[in-house]
Amino acid sequence: MKDLVIIGGGPAGMSAALSAFDCGIKDILILERDSHLGGVLQQCIHNGFGLQKFGEELTGPEYAFRYEEKIIKSGIEVKLNTMVLDITEDKTVTATNPHDGIFQIKAKAVILAMGCRERPRGALNIAGSRPAGIFTAGTAQKLVNTKGLLPGKSVVILGSGDIGLIMAKRLTLEGAKVKGVFELMPYSGGLARNIQQCLNDFNIPLRLSHTVVEVHGKERVEGITVAEVDEKRVPIESTKEFIPCDTLLLSVGLIPENELSKSANVKISPVTNGALVDQNRQTSVSGIFACGNVLHVHDLVDFVSDEAEIAGKSAAKYINNDLSDSTEINIFTDGKIRYTVPQRITDLTDVKVYFRVNNIYKNVNIKVTDGINTLLTKKRPKVSPGEMESVTLKNDHLKNVKELHFSLEVV
Amino acid sequence: MYDVVIIGAGVIGGMIARALSRYDLKICVLEKENDVAMGSTKANSAIIHAGFDAPVGSLKAKLNVQGSQMMESVCKELGVKYIRNGSLVVGFNDTDLKTILDLYNRGKKNGVNGLKILNSEELHELEPALSRSAHFALYAPTGAIVCPYGLAVAAIGNAMDNGAELKCNYNVKSITKTDLGFEVSSYTEKVSTKYIINCAGLFADEVSALANDSSFTIRPRKGEYILLDKECGKTVTHTIFGPPSSMGKGILVSPTVDGNLLLGPTSVDFNEKDNKDTTQVGLSSIQSKACEYLATVPTGKNITSFCGLRAVGSTGDFIIESPQKGFINVAGIESPGLSASPAIAEYVVDMLKDSGIVMHKKKKYISTRPSATRFRDASLEEKNKMISDNPAYGKIVCRCEKITEGEILDALRTNPKATDLDGIKRRTRAQMGRCQGGFCTPYIIELIARENGISFESVTKFGANSAVITGKTKGNPNL
Ligand SMILES: Cc1cc2nc3c(=O)[nH]c(=O)nc-3n(C[C@H](O)[C@H](O)[C@H](O)COP(=O)(O)OP(=O)(O)OC[C@H]3O[C@@H](n4cnc5c(N)ncnc54)[C@H](O)[C@@H]3O)c2cc1C
Ligand SMILES: Cc1cc2nc3c(=O)[nH]c(=O)nc-3n(C[C@H](O)[C@H](O)[C@H](O)COP(=O)(O)OP(=O)(O)OC[C@H]3O[C@@H](n4cnc5c(N)ncnc54)[C@H](O)[C@@H]3O)c2cc1C
Repeated sequence: MKDLVIIGGGPAGMSAALSAFDCGIKDILILERDSHLGGVLQQCIHNGFGLQKFGEELTGPEYAFRYEEKIIKSGIEVKLNTMVLDITEDKTVTATNPHDGIFQIKAKAVILAMGCRERPRGALNIAGSRPAGIFTAGTAQKLVNTKGLLPGKSVVILGSGDIGLIMAKRLTLEGAKVKGVFELMPYSGGLARNIQQCLNDFNIPLRLSHTVVEVHGKERVEGITVAEVDEKRVPIESTKEFIPCDTLLLSVGLIPENELSKSANVKISPVTNGALVDQNRQTSVSGIFACGNVLHVHDLVDFVSDEAEIAGKSAAKYINNDLSDSTEINIFTDGKIRYTVPQRITDLTDVKVYFRVNNIYKNVNIKVTDGINTLLTKKRPKVSPGEMESVTLKNDHLKNVKELHFSLEVV
Repeated sequence: MYDVVIIGAGVIGGMIARALSRYDLKICVLEKENDVAMGSTKANSAIIHAGFDAPVGSLKAKLNVQGSQMMESVCKELGVKYIRNGSLVVGFNDTDLKTILDLYNRGKKNGVNGLKILNSEELHELEPALSRSAHFALYAPTGAIVCPYGLAVAAIGNAMDNGAELKCNYNVKSITKTDLGFEVSSYTEKVSTKYIINCAGLFADEVSALANDSSFTIRPRKGEYILLDKECGKTVTHTIFGPPSSMGKGILVSPTVDGNLLLGPTSVDFNEKDNKDTTQVGLSSIQSKACEYLATVPTGKNITSFCGLRAVGSTGDFIIESPQKGFINVAGIESPGLSASPAIAEYVVDMLKDSGIVMHKKKKYISTRPSATRFRDASLEEKNKMISDNPAYGKIVCRCEKITEGEILDALRTNPKATDLDGIKRRTRAQMGRCQGGFCTPYIIELIARENGISFESVTKFGANSAVITGKTKGNPNL
């Protein structure tokens, strides 16, 4: 029996552990399948981490190390090389590693912090051959940054997610020719600063409303056919163009890794592909919390740490029977606002609600109503799907409220 | 000098090699690719057909029905996954009903047991996910599913455990008659043998022509597939066929033995024997056809798509005959070739016996092979015993399919040894799950390189020029 078991030792898992520890919970176990802590940050050797949290620009491993140091000092138990295989609704965790074999631990509370995975080619139904030379951007990043290996010399990138953008720059610096980044949507899903620093600064073309329709090459990729797409995102035949290359990188989206959550009967949002949570980051199963990329995909690790601190504190309260639920307010969105986290509020406190929009909009009002009365509006000069937004609801906003509606209006 | 050389290491060559390895014969299997099961055997519907499709009296019909009866015990011996899930040919209108009744009668004549016509109510009770416009079906309880490449790998592995040899990257380019038999050469190597069995799949006509028999031709017919996430694996439990046409059995919807959902194949005649490209048209036609069968088709759950080529022979039936002494063609083995494979193997053994070769049963024949899934299928206690004996079984490498380092090392060390990424995939399922290797590929590259003492740059996806890594980074200390 453990007080708190945390699945995943990335930034989310580490922050959650430390904040629960600071709240007096000492019987904590972190399970991490990799051979070190840090999660995906270990392979993000570029800088740009920690601006919000530490006020300085750190690399991924540096950011992770700040937390790892504290974990070591605190004496929180960590099992590395340990893969969690199953979690049940009653919070029994099954895991395996070479040293202990397959073992089970019952926990008073569990925090899910498993991160996310990348969408593969198959999900896109790209026609053509299946040669060597097709990688997801994250796999390429792992090869380059942690193994010192190059996935290719002449590269096309499909999808303008942040990892794709970062790899465009990285591979260029390694001497590869990046022929272009092709994005299905009329806008990029990546951060504006990454488009500037990773593409524009290296004269790598970004072609919006384009997709890869066919892969060529029997043994190794020899080229791809790209085409422009219409408003319905259907490729336009007359715009087909062959581009010779030996490598195709896919940066076409991240999917929260929730197989384990499902095994514990945690309810998953079809929009975020992560758990539905309340302001404590508690899922539909009491005592199971979620934070970080397993909950929804974040662009900034600083927000991951913030979110994980909430989950850690709440788990501590839960273990001490101190978590109150005085109300039940569900949050609805208008579609322009794709989703919010949390999706539900269960206590009358100040709540910071994060959200993402479904398109690029300029000069907007974000409006929060209780169905009838407007509780709050927030002006933004520009919002885009690539950048997470937030509003803070005050305690008084929530009094006598049954539901909240988030909407976006272009002024 | 070999007694028997088998050309082609698909499921047919493999099953024949296994059947012959019961006897005191010196056997060699020659395969042009870097691994076994690289032809039709790796990309097909994986159905063990009950046997109602093939024309009455054909070799196809006879060997299909026999093979389907043998398959379960063969799979058990070889540790290959086999599930008798039963199959349904569903019909929507009166024309379909007629076709289905024809199939029923044909099946009876072919000797298929247990066939039954189901009415709408019975059908929807068996398969609630089917479209309401499906009104009746032919139910074949003996229909089953297997892992086709697993079967070929295991059959060849078992033959090798019994002394047969396998030479990969051996593309047979010439066959010359000698006093004692034949000389079989690639561009770089040469072996001599008393007997040749031609199981070269799509290229069986070309190999036959090398031995001066051009009496038949083989044409490729494309079949594209879409594979869905395991989340959808329980959409249907039976294999669902639409009514057949002249181009084959139509598109099917079936669970796989590993719990995914398979949709396909298309059926398009074609000229290139080495073009397994999927097409936009093909993939979307599969999707729309599946929509006709199922009340709701899961969307956004595709994890991969692929293409197989049927080896359509010019005679319409399996071509299993000996055009000259010592040379046997096993050609035109299109569907139901997989289903028939154990029966085809016995048929060929009998042909060899009749041709006068002396065949003594081996004293120490090993009939079984350690299952590739032995770790996955073990109980918790057994697993923990295996982990404490070999900690590599405690290290998960493929997170989606939960495949351990121990299982990958087994695949690199067990006959026929995997040497490339796709070989690992077919033997272990690592890289075959929902992330399609995104997570484990770098790790498996390391394992292959380490185990075979080769550089990372030499590790390939499937042999030849399919290297995965093109070089080292500027900062790599081992540059
Ligand atoms: C390529 C890339 C570039 C980025 N660039 C920036 C940037 O420039 N600046 C910035 O601020 N942010 C950046 N981010 C975002 C930020 O770093 C991530 O959002 C953050 O690392 C997510 O943290 P996490 O802990 O939720 O997930 P992860 O870091 O993925 O950690 C999850 C951990 O859980 C483990 N795990 C998963 N399943 C199991 C299991 N079953 N058993 C045991 N362990 C398990 C994993 O091994 C992993 O260690 C980037 C993200 C990516 C992917
Ligand atoms: C789309 C599709 C769906 C199918 N569905 C089913 C089904 O559901 N049920 C069923 O029972 N059957 C099915 N089949 C048929 C089944 O897949 C085949 O009958 C079976 O795999 C044939 O095996 P094989 O060993 O003859 O051919 P292959 O697997 O093609 O093996 C031939 C081998 O010979 C090698 N080779 C060729 N030329 C040379 C040379 N010159 N030198 C050395 N090696 C050479 C090739 O590389 C290859 O490995 C299907 C087939 C297809 C294509």
